[in-house]
Amino acid sequence: MTDAVMRTAVPAKRPNIYFEAFKEASITAVLVFLLSVYMVGAHTEASQGQPLGFTTRFMDVFWACVLVPCGRYLIALDRQGLHLPALIGGVVSFVYLFAVGALGMVGSLAYDTFPHPFDEPMVDIIFALGGIYIFGSAYRGTRTRRHGGLTIDQREAKEQRSSNWARRMSGILGPMLIGIAVVVPIYMPFSPWQGATRQVVETLILILTYVMLGWGLNIVVGLAGLLDLGYVAFYAVGAYTYAKLSTELGLNFWECLPLAGLLAASFGVMLGFPVLRLRGDYLAIVTLGFGEMIRIVLINWQNFTGGPNGIGSIPKIDFFGLPFERKAPPGEDTFASFFGLDFSTVHRVFFLYYVILVLALITNLVTIRLRRLPIGRAWEALREDETACRALGINPTNTKLTAFAIGAMFAGFAGSFFASRQGFVSPESFVFIESAQILAIVVLGGMGSQVGVALAAILLIGLPEVMRELSLYRMLFYGMCMVLIMLLRPRGLLAHREPTIQYKKRGYSR
Amino acid sequence: MSAVAAAAVAPSSDTLLTVEHLTMRFGGLIAVEAVTFEAKRRQITGVIGPNGAGKTTLFNCITGFYKPTTGRLSLHRDEGVPLLLEQMDGYLIGQKARVARTFQNIRLFPGMSALENLMVAQHNKLMRASGFSLLGLFGMPSYRKAEAEAKEKAVRWLERLGMLNLADDPAGSLPYGAQRRLEIARAMCTDPVLLCLDEPAAGLNPRESAELNHLLIEIRDQIGIGILLIEHDMSVVMGISDHVVVLDYGRKIADGTPLEIQRDPAVIRAYLGEEEKED
Repeated sequence: MTDAVMRTAVPAKRPNIYFEAFKEASITAVLVFLLSVYMVGAHTEASQGQPLGFTTRFMDVFWACVLVPCGRYLIALDRQGLHLPALIGGVVSFVYLFAVGALGMVGSLAYDTFPHPFDEPMVDIIFALGGIYIFGSAYRGTRTRRHGGLTIDQREAKEQRSSNWARRMSGILGPMLIGIAVVVPIYMPFSPWQGATRQVVETLILILTYVMLGWGLNIVVGLAGLLDLGYVAFYAVGAYTYAKLSTELGLNFWECLPLAGLLAASFGVMLGFPVLRLRGDYLAIVTLGFGEMIRIVLINWQNFTGGPNGIGSIPKIDFFGLPFERKAPPGEDTFASFFGLDFSTVHRVFFLYYVILVLALITNLVTIRLRRLPIGRAWEALREDETACRALGINPTNTKLTAFAIGAMFAGFAGSFFASRQGFVSPESFVFIESAQILAIVVLGGMGSQVGVALAAILLIGLPEVMRELSLYRMLFYGMCMVLIMLLRPRGLLAHREPTIQYKKRGYSR
Repeated sequence: MSAVAAAAVAPSSDTLLTVEHLTMRFGGLIAVEAVTFEAKRRQITGVIGPNGAGKTTLFNCITGFYKPTTGRLSLHRDEGVPLLLEQMDGYLIGQKARVARTFQNIRLFPGMSALENLMVAQHNKLMRASGFSLLGLFGMPSYRKAEAEAKEKAVRWLERLGMLNLADDPAGSLPYGAQRRLEIARAMCTDPVLLCLDEPAAGLNPRESAELNHLLIEIRDQIGIGILLIEHDMSVVMGISDHVVVLDYGRKIADGTPLEIQRDPAVIRAYLGEEEKED
C-alpha cells in the first residue's frame, strides 16, 4: 500500500495525507458535537403532573464524537488511495458493533459483558451500518482505482448501464407489482398473518393513495418539468369537494368523484394561468404559496369549511348503492345481506383498497398514453427547451396549463377518495410537508419513471409503517434510506427515459 | 439611401416578407434602426454584417421573440391580406404564419431522440388530429393514421439528411454537424413558408458546409419556400444567396445580388475599415 502512495506522490508539494485526513476528521468531530450535543445530549422527559424535565446522555455524545471522526479519517485516507485502513476498520467496526447490537436486540445478558459504546443496541447497529458503508466504498475503490475521477466516456457508459438496468428492472417490476397489488388482499385472510389483515390492507391503501398522488405529480414535475411545491392544495380541493357535496347535497362517492376532479382541475387552471410565465425557482415559490393559501383559507373560512375543526361525519363509501353497514334501513339491502355474507368491517376496507387500486392504475394508464400523444411530447419538449418550443409554434401557456390541470385532476380524485375513507377532513391533513413528501416520492423514484414512483412510494410510505416497532429510531432509518438512495442512485431509483416513438424496435439487451 | 426608398414601394407577387422601417431599441441602445428590405419566394436572402450589426436581433423580431419598437413586418401568404408579424404573439408566428427558425446556439430537445424532435415539430397538426388529446387518448384510428404519416415525414427527412441510423439516439448525443442538420429538419417539419437560419454553417467543416449549401438549394428549388440566412461564412452566403442584405451598426448599408455586394464600397468599408482597399 505504501508503495502505491510513493508512486502517486508528487515529491515536493504534496501535503501530508495523514495530516489532511486528520484535519478533515477534526472538522467532522466539531460538526458531530454541535449537532448531537442538544439533540442527543439532552433528553426531555414529560411526566404526569411534573414540569418538563430532562436527562443527559453525554456519554453517547462522547462516543459519537469519537466514532464518526474515526470513520471520516478512514474515508479521507481511502479517497487518497489508501484503501487498506478503511477496509480493515470498516469490517472490524461492523462485525463488532453488529454482534454487540444483535446481542442487545435479542435481550441477551452477554450484551452487558461486552463493552459497547451506546446503551441502545439499535444505535450500535446503526453505527455498524456506517462501518459497512466505509468498507463498501473502500472495496469499490480498490476495484476501480479511480484516482482522478471518471473520464467523460466512462461516465456516459456508466449512465447508459444504469439507465439500461433501470429499464430492465421497470419491465420486470411493473407487472410484478401490479400482480402483487391485486392478489395480496385476497391472500391475506388465508395467510399465517390473517390477524393483521385489516392493518396490512389499510397500510396498502395509504401507500396506493401516495402512489396515485406521485403519478399525478409526475405529470407536472417529471414530464412538464414544472416544479410544483403546492400539489397538496389540489388534494385538499378534492377532499373538501367530496366533504361538502356529500354532507350538504347528499351526493354519493361516485357522483362526487368526477366533480372533485373537475373542480381541482379548474383550480389548477386558476393557479396556472397567472403563474406559468414564471420559470424554475420562481414557479416553485408561487406554488408553495398557493398551497399555503388554500390551507389558510380552509382554516379561516369557518362557516364554509368548519375551520380548524374540519368537516366530520362524511358519508362513507358504498358498494354502488349498497352501504357497508350492519343494518340497513327497512326494505333496503346492505352489501353483506345482498351477497349473503356475514357482516364484517373488513368488507369496506377491501372495497376501498380496490377502488384506490383502480384509480391509481387509471392515473398510470392515462399518463402513459398521454406521454405518447402530441401533448405529452410537447410537455417533455417544454421541459427541455421552452424557447425552441415557441419557435415551433407550440403554445407554451396552454401546454403547461393542461399539464397543471391534469395533474391537479388526479390529486382531486385522490382527495375525494381520502375524504370518503377518513370520514373526516381538516386542514391539518394538507400541510406543506405532504407536498414535500409527494415530491420526494417523485424525485427519489426517478423523474418521469412510473415504476420508480410506485417503488419510492412503497419505500417512503410503507417503511415508516412497517418500522413502527422501532419507535424512536423510525425517522432515523427513514432518513438513512433517503440518504442511501441519493448516494447509490442519484438520479432516482429507476431513472430512465423510454422514447415515445421509435424508428426501429430495439430489445433490452442494448 | 435611395435603395431604401425603392424597396418600400408596393411588393410584387413574388414577395414573401417585407420588412419596413424596422427599429428595435433596448433602452438607449438601438440594435436595429429603420431597416427595410424584402425577401422573395423561392429565393435565399442572405443577411450579413460584422459582429453586433443587429442580424440576430432582426431575426428575433421577425420570429416574434422581440416586439419591434417601430416598423412593420408583413408576410405575404398565397392569397388575401398579408399577416402583420409584429402584432402576433411569439408562438403564433410559428403556428399561423408558418415562419420557422433555427438558432445560433443549437436548441434541440437534447434528451429526446432525433425522431421525437421531428415529431414535436409537427405538434399543431398532430394536436388537431388527436382531437386535442381526447381522441388520441382512446386510440382512434384517425389519430393513428395521422401519427403514422407524421412519422413517415420525419423519417423521410432523416433519410434525406443521411442520419436514419441515428433516429433513436438522443439528440443531445449526436455529433455537432448532425445536430445542425437535425435542427434544420425540425424547422422544415413545421411546413414553413419562410425558413430563418441563424448561422447554420457555424462550426461545420468545409465538407459539411458544402453539404449544407446543397441542402439549402434543394429546399429552395424543390420545396419552393423562401429562406432567410444569417451567415458569417462567405463561401456559403456568396455561393447560394440570390440576394444579400448587409447590416452595420443596426443600419442597412447595402442590398443587392452577391456580385453587387462584393463590389460595394460601403460593405468593404464596414468589413475592412475606413481605408479603401481592393480585395
